[in-house]
Amino acid sequence: MKHHLVLRVVSKLLIPFILLFALYVQFHGDYGPGGGFQAGVIFGAGFILYALIFGLETARKVARPAVIRVLVAVGVLIYGGVGVVSLLLGGRYLDYSLLAHVPAHGQHLGIALIEFGVGTTVAAVMITIFFAYAGRGRR
Amino acid sequence: MLLSFLAVTAIAIVSLRDLFAVVMLFGIYSLLSASIFLVLDAVDVSFTEAAVGAGISTVLMLGTLALTARTEKKPAHLAWLPLLVVAITGAALIYGTLDMPRWGDANAPINQHVVPRYILGSLPETSVPNIVTAVLASYRGYDTLGEVTVIFTAGIGVMLLLGNGNSNRRRKKGGRKR
Repeated sequence: MKHHLVLRVVSKLLIPFILLFALYVQFHGDYGPGGGFQAGVIFGAGFILYALIFGLETARKVARPAVIRVLVAVGVLIYGGVGVVSLLLGGRYLDYSLLAHVPAHGQHLGIALIEFGVGTTVAAVMITIFFAYAGRGRR
Repeated sequence: MLLSFLAVTAIAIVSLRDLFAVVMLFGIYSLLSASIFLVLDAVDVSFTEAAVGAGISTVLMLGTLALTARTEKKPAHLAWLPLLVVAITGAALIYGTLDMPRWGDANAPINQHVVPRYILGSLPETSVPNIVTAVLASYRGYDTLGEVTVIFTAGIGVMLLLGNGNSNRRRKKGGRKR
């Protein structure tokens, strides 16, 4: 699709806003609709659009498969790690109340952290799956 | 209205043999489902359906089509038994909805069990205004951890089955892009 000038220009304009919207959905999920899962999907979709328009090789340079592969695990580790931290603080697994002095604030912090973990894993997995599919097709 | 659109789309999906059109119709189907969820005030579900169903799965299905074939083979014979099974299951499901409480009924079991607790307790307990987020991430934190692990496993599975799409091993030949 390298020769589709209109597509290239429009997607170049849109992709920053898609990624920004994903971050908004991620960090505003506590107050409005959305959360880590939706944000991760939108973030991944931004990269997939980039790969569709500018080619897989270019996209691989932006989102290095080795980095993405690590991020797949990092998200789950953040989620599980929050649980371990609450264990170490003397609470039950994934009981966020002890993460701050006020239990409600600890809950808020814990929710934000695990949503971030969810978003990281989902975005990385979406990009990985797309790269795997698209990489197969070019043999 | 939306439901009838949904039915028309489903019938078109079943009857078409061109899989490219079927994938596009699946996207439309997901978008219609998202609209229905939106009408039912389930904003978070609607959001997910629009992003995953209409967005990502369409792209992944197209990716699969690029790897396989574009048209469906004509079946050798009409599949009467599956049709019968589907019809009976559908009839049973519709029969099951007959004695459901009216939608939005405050005395319905779904609005009586733990829902009042979440509605009253989630803001003081978690200081998160979005009850859906509070339930998913805090009250049902284990379930969400399980879901993330499922996604993680799916990613690992695709990597193992399809390879990581490493271009080092397979050099490009006549770059194939959609």
